[in-house]
Amino acid sequence: MTAERKNALRSNAIWLVFIGLIIIFTIMSNGMFIKPSNLIVILRQVAVYGIASIGMTFVILIAGIDLSTGSIITLVNVFCAWLMVNHGVNMWVAVILSIALATGVGLLNGFMVATIGIPALIATFASQTIFEGASYLLAGGMPISGFTKSFDIFGKTAIGGVFPVCAVIMIVCFIVGWYILERSYWGRYFYAIGGNEEAAELSGIRVARTEYLIYGLSGFFAGLAGIVMLSRTGSAQCTAGKGYEFDVITCVVLGGVSVTGGYGKMTGVIAGVLIIGCLTNGMILMNVSEYWQMVVKGIVLAVAVGIDCMSRKKQAT
Amino acid sequence: MSEEYVLELEHIRKEYPGVVALSDVTLQLKKGEILALIGENGAGKSTLIKTCSGAVIPTSGKIKVNGKVFDRMTPQLAAENGIAIIYQEFNNVGELSAAENLFLGRAIRHGWTIDRKAMNEEAAKAFAQLKIKIDPNELVKNLTVGYQQMIEIAKAIQQNAKILIMDEPSAPLTSKEVENMFAVVRLLKEQGVSIIYISHRLEEIFELSDRIEVLRDGEYIKTLITKETNEAELIHLMVGREMKKKFPERKPCVDHSKVVLECQHLYGNGDKDINLKIYAGEVLGLGGLVGAGRTELAEVLFGAKPIESGKIIFNGKEIAPKSPREAINLGIALVPEDRKRHGLLLGVSIKNNINMPIYERISKASFINRKVEKETAQKYIDEIRIKTPSMNQLVKNLSGGNQQKVILGKWLAADCQLIIFDEPTRGIDVGAKFEIYKLINDLVAEGRSVLMISSEMEELIGMSDRIIVLAENEITGELQKDEFSQDTIMAYASALDKKEMDKEKEEEKEEVSK
Repeated sequence: MTAERKNALRSNAIWLVFIGLIIIFTIMSNGMFIKPSNLIVILRQVAVYGIASIGMTFVILIAGIDLSTGSIITLVNVFCAWLMVNHGVNMWVAVILSIALATGVGLLNGFMVATIGIPALIATFASQTIFEGASYLLAGGMPISGFTKSFDIFGKTAIGGVFPVCAVIMIVCFIVGWYILERSYWGRYFYAIGGNEEAAELSGIRVARTEYLIYGLSGFFAGLAGIVMLSRTGSAQCTAGKGYEFDVITCVVLGGVSVTGGYGKMTGVIAGVLIIGCLTNGMILMNVSEYWQMVVKGIVLAVAVGIDCMSRKKQAT
Repeated sequence: MSEEYVLELEHIRKEYPGVVALSDVTLQLKKGEILALIGENGAGKSTLIKTCSGAVIPTSGKIKVNGKVFDRMTPQLAAENGIAIIYQEFNNVGELSAAENLFLGRAIRHGWTIDRKAMNEEAAKAFAQLKIKIDPNELVKNLTVGYQQMIEIAKAIQQNAKILIMDEPSAPLTSKEVENMFAVVRLLKEQGVSIIYISHRLEEIFELSDRIEVLRDGEYIKTLITKETNEAELIHLMVGREMKKKFPERKPCVDHSKVVLECQHLYGNGDKDINLKIYAGEVLGLGGLVGAGRTELAEVLFGAKPIESGKIIFNGKEIAPKSPREAINLGIALVPEDRKRHGLLLGVSIKNNINMPIYERISKASFINRKVEKETAQKYIDEIRIKTPSMNQLVKNLSGGNQQKVILGKWLAADCQLIIFDEPTRGIDVGAKFEIYKLINDLVAEGRSVLMISSEMEELIGMSDRIIVLAENEITGELQKDEFSQDTIMAYASALDKKEMDKEKEEEKEEVSK
C-alpha cells in the first residue's frame, strides 16, 4: 500500500518540478516566460523530441537503448528533401517514403538486437554511424532547400495562426503512445519484457517479435520527428539531428522511465519533455550560452538516472 | 556460560513484504562442534544463515560472535570475525587455477607483480592441511564439483574462518564426493572449527552432527543431541504433524485409455532416448538427482529447447514446439523451478501475470478487452484461493505459495491440458504446500495431466500415480504405485553412479591381479 503511494508520489513529483521551473523562469524573465506567445514557442520547440521520445520510451521500457534516433532524424531530413527537390517527388509521397525508410532503419536495429543478439547500445550506435554517413553521401554534404509552400504544414503552420500543427501532431502521437502502453496487449508485453525477459518468453510472449516492433516504432517516431524538423527549418542539413538522441533519452528518463526497464508511464514522459522544453527555452531567454545549456542538460540527465538508480537500490534491501 | 558459545543468534526476526521469514529464532554454536540445522524448504534455514553473513539484515534480534554483540552483520564484519559460508553456488572463476581461486582478490604480490610461486606453495599447504589432493595449477573448470567445493572450504580456512556454515553442501555431490567432504568436515572439527551444517538428508545428519536444531515455518522448534534422537522424532518436529496428513487424498482418476503425451526415442537438450507416456488424469512423477536431466526434458516439451531427434506425440498428433508460445497454444504449460527468475513478472500485477498468455486472445485489433481481463483474473484468484487484497497487487509482494498459485492461474487461464511442475513446492511453507497439492489433485480430477519433477522423495511418492526415474539424462527405471519406495528410487537415481563404482572396483581388481 505504502509502496503504491510512494510510486504515485514519484510519478507526480515530476509535475511539481515542472511547475517549480515555470515559476522560477517566470520570475527571472520578468514575466516573459509565461506569455502565451512564449509558451507556444516552447510547444513548437519540444515537438521534435516529444514525438521521438515516444518510441524511445518503448525502447527504454524493455531496458534497451536507441542511439540512432538523431541519425534517423538527419537521414529523414536529407532523404525527404532530396526526393522533393532533386527528384520532384510529390510532397506526400516523399513524406511517406521517408517515414517508411526511418521505420526500416528501426527494423534493422530490431534485427541486430533480437535476431543477431548484438547489445542494443552497440547495434544502434553502429546504425547511428552508418546513417549519418549515408546522409552525407546522399546530400553530398550540402544543405538542400526550396520546398513547396504546402510543406510548411508540418512545422510552421499554426491553426488559426495560433496553435502550431506540429504541437497537434505531438499530442496525437502521445495519445497513440499512451494507448499502446496502457490499452493494447503490446504495452503489457513491453512491461513484461522489461521486467524479466526470460519469464516473459516462458509466459508465451514472443520476445524477438516484440523487439522488432519496438525498434521499428522507435524508427517510425524518429522519422515523423524528422519531417516536423525539416518543415520547421526549411532546409535539410547533414547535422540536423546530431545529438538529438541524448535530448530524447534525457526527456524519457527524466519522465521516470527506468533505465533498467519495466517501469515508467507515458504521462511522466510528457512531463519530462515539457521540463526539458522549458529548461531550454528559459535558458535561451536568460541568455545562457549554448555551452552552459549543454552542461545543465548533462547534469539533469545524471540526476534523473541517479534518482532512479538510488530508489532501485533502496528497494533491493 | 556464554563463553562456551562461539556464535549465538538471539531472537532473530526477519520480515519481508507479506511474509514473516523468521520469527524469534535462536541458535547457539559451541566451539568445535557440528550443529545440523534442519527444517523443510521454506523453514527459514537459508535466511537465518544469511543473517550471519550480512546478506540478510534482520528486522530485529542480536548476533553474538565470540561474545561481541551485533545488530546486523556485513560481509566484511563476518569475515573479520571468522565466519564463512559455503553456499550451494560457488564463487569460483573457472578460467583461473585452483591456487588463484584460493587467493581471489587477495593475491600474494610484490608491488604490481603476482607471486605465482608463493601462491602455489601456500595453496599446496592449505590443501594438505585438509588432506585433499588438488594440483594448485589446475584450472578450476577442469575440476569436479566436489573439488570445487573443497577449494571454497580451503579458501574459508585459509582466511582464518573459525565458524564454517555449509548450506546443503551434499546436494550437488555424488556419493563418493560426499564421503570425501565428510572427511574434510571432521578434520576441521578436530582442528577446532565450529560448523553449521544444513541438509535435507537425515542419514547424513546422524552420521556427522553433534547436535541438531530444528526450524519450522520460520520458527525455532527445538535443539536436540544427535545421539539421543531418531529419524522419526526429527521428521515429526520438522513437519509438525502426522505424516499421513501431508498429502491430500485423491480419488484415482487416471484414464488409461487416453494417452495425452508420448515421447518416442526423444533426444534433445542433453537427454537421451526418452520414452514415456502420460495419461489423462495422471500425475506422473519424475525423480532423480539434481542434474539428472529432468528439467532439461521439461524444457524440450515446453518448446524452450529444440528436439534433436525422436518424436513427441500430444493428443495423438506429432508435435515439435519451437517456442513456449507454440507449446502453450498446444496446451502444454511449465511451472518452473526458479519461480522468480522464470515463472513470474515480479514487478507486474497479479492481473497482468494471469492474463499474460492469453492477451492476444482477449484483444481486438491489439486492444485489450479489459472487462474480460479483470474477470479472468478474479476467476482464478477465487478458484485457486490466491490471498491478496487486490488483483492489482504486484506479484513481488506475495508469499511463495501465492506466487506459485499465480503461475498456476496463468496456465489455467490459458487452459493448458498438460502442466509440468518443476519442484512445485520449493521454498514454499508447509501449509501452502498442502494447498498446492490439493490444486494438483483438482487439476487431474478435471482430466488434465501433470508431470511433476521433484527432488523431495516424500512428495514424489505421496503425489505421483507413477514414477519415472532419470539418471545422467536417461530413464533408468519406472515404478508403479505399489512399487514405490525411497530405496528403489534412490537405486535407480544413482544407477549410473553405481555402474561407475563397479567399473572402478573392477579396474582395481585387475590392477591387483596384475
